[in-house]
Amino acid sequence: MSILVVAEHDNDSIKAPTLVAVAAAQAIGGDIEILIAGSGCSGASDAASKIAGVSKVLVADNDCYAHQLAENIADLISEIGSGYSHILTVTTTSGKNYMPRVAALLDVAQISEISGVVSEDTFERPIYAGNAIATVQSSDSIKVLTVRGTAFDPVEAQGGSASVENIDIVKDSGLSTWDQEEIAKLERPELTAASIIISGGRGMQNGENFALLESVADKLGAAIGASRAAVDAGFVPNDMQVGQTGKIVAPDLYIAVGISGAIQHLAGMKDSKVIVAINKDEDAPIFQVADYGLVADLFKAVPELDALL
Amino acid sequence: MKVLVAAKRVVDYNVNIRVLSDNTGVDLNNVKMSLNPFDEIALEEAVRLREAGTAEEVIVVSIGSSACQEQIRTALALGADRGILVETEEEMQPLAIAKVLKAIVEKEQPQLIILGKQAIDDDNSQTGQMLAALAGLSQATFASKVVIGDGTATVTREVDGGLETITVKLPAIITTDLRLNEPRYASLPNIMKAKKKQVDIYTPEELGVDIVSRVKTLKVEPPAERKAGVIVESVEELVDKLRNEAKVIS
Ligand SMILES: Cc1cc2nc3c(=O)[nH]c(=O)nc-3n(C[C@H](O)[C@H](O)[C@H](O)COP(=O)(O)OP(=O)(O)OC[C@H]3O[C@@H](n4cnc5c(N)ncnc54)[C@H](O)[C@@H]3O)c2cc1C
Ligand SMILES: Nc1ncnc2c1ncn2[C@@H]1O[C@H](COP(=O)(O)O)[C@@H](O)[C@H]1O
Repeated sequence: MSILVVAEHDNDSIKAPTLVAVAAAQAIGGDIEILIAGSGCSGASDAASKIAGVSKVLVADNDCYAHQLAENIADLISEIGSGYSHILTVTTTSGKNYMPRVAALLDVAQISEISGVVSEDTFERPIYAGNAIATVQSSDSIKVLTVRGTAFDPVEAQGGSASVENIDIVKDSGLSTWDQEEIAKLERPELTAASIIISGGRGMQNGENFALLESVADKLGAAIGASRAAVDAGFVPNDMQVGQTGKIVAPDLYIAVGISGAIQHLAGMKDSKVIVAINKDEDAPIFQVADYGLVADLFKAVPELDALL
Repeated sequence: MKVLVAAKRVVDYNVNIRVLSDNTGVDLNNVKMSLNPFDEIALEEAVRLREAGTAEEVIVVSIGSSACQEQIRTALALGADRGILVETEEEMQPLAIAKVLKAIVEKEQPQLIILGKQAIDDDNSQTGQMLAALAGLSQATFASKVVIGDGTATVTREVDGGLETITVKLPAIITTDLRLNEPRYASLPNIMKAKKKQVDIYTPEELGVDIVSRVKTLKVEPPAERKAGVIVESVEELVDKLRNEAKVIS
């Protein structure tokens, strides 16, 4: 049984969530190979060859894979994928974009966002915003899976010595072209990699007030997140949204400030180890999941917190 | 240009669902059902394209039991011109839904097919991408802005680090993210008018689609419960607990 893990990378390095996908592959059990599809991606393939537990790195290095366009990547993976028992990647916007396309090309189901491996064909996954956990069994010949980034402990990025093989397959569908991106430069840890997150909601009132959270975040080495309401109101960019339809996070400490705790928000953070809620409404549902709740005006409490750190 | 919009009937987003005690699924008895919120956004985008003169016709399609008529009527009241129900009592998974949608795409030949990025019940986020693969079409998922050009659509996508813009050839599949638009409410006259709009009904068999699924749900359980926490009286107490009890800050 051979498992193919499709890496998330930026051509120069491997992104941390890839290590979670490898961990899920180990839980399934079998020989693990990694695919790097990119352009000028030797840095990423070197890094991949060092990941613990990986036996082979396949590298498809071509312009047509530069921006991970779903049509091209899916054609590539479905062509080489038919020889594997499982194909998996982590649940990022990139993986979510191409992987269902791979599954359909192979005429098999995709099992999205697995949070547990029961056996080689049986998996757990959250449904209804994490308010239920389904155990599903697949009889497809190839299991196509995406892995919840918070559900497995990442494998070590070092210690492996996989062989590297170039694959000379070029799939340029011509159906779509990449124009541009606006990717925010990160001065702080990435949300999905941070061990502490402080998030703001509608209670923050405007974008400027997020400076209050930034000051705390800098002291704690934390990432900053937000509720949908804060993103929709334009306080902060979309990639900061935590929740059912945003990012799923599970840091050691999650501090929710001026967030009511709608089920869609809880879905994205309730697996955090310790949850703190600061809200002036004592009946806010966020207090039902908080380990430590503080009923207070955030504009008083957050500066106080900042001063004490 | 014809625009096809997919509309799934799902448990309303405000409902706190309950897992059945025999662990076979989720209790759907007397639960409020709605149009999937991302599909409302898909429909709104399509209707705006028609209002702008870019599209001539907006067709809404739903797959499921006859109860889906309700969501089709809602979509018609919100501005769709006609509806299609593919009726089945079988529980269907994204691959099968995508196969049914592909058959409808072949029949109707739309230039643009808009789906939600995810159905909020099963949280799969697969159907649009699968349909694109099966129909051999381009895809632009998680859209927050769509501009129709000459035989193309330029789409801004919400991605992990921010935003990305791609241009896809038409016909294309687009899936909607939350910030694409703000859906309107249906007016009473439009609700009345919707009752007279045409809805065609097919079955998957008539469309020649095999809907057998190779994925079986063995059980559905509630998630692990969190232990009840405490309310602290002051910021000092909070910081003390985080340092000395939870030991998550230094
Ligand atoms: C399809 C769909 C998908 C969704 N996906 C997501 C998602 O991924 N993530 C997400 O977060 N939401 C999501 N939502 C939205 C969700 O339902 C809620 O609307 C949203 O989470 C509310 O954000 P909020 O808590 O910031 O705002 P509100 O619910 O308005 O809460 C604001 C809170 O701030 C408190 N507050 C106000 N002023 C102060 C003050 N001075 N001091 C202290 N507290 C104060 C208030 O007491 C209140 O509890 C989704 C909704 C839908 C329909
Ligand atoms: N039964 C269905 N009927 C109509 N559209 C559907 C159905 N299931 C899924 N879709 C469409 O596919 C999108 C994504 O669903 P999913 O892949 O299940 O998360 C939804 O937002 C709908 O637009």
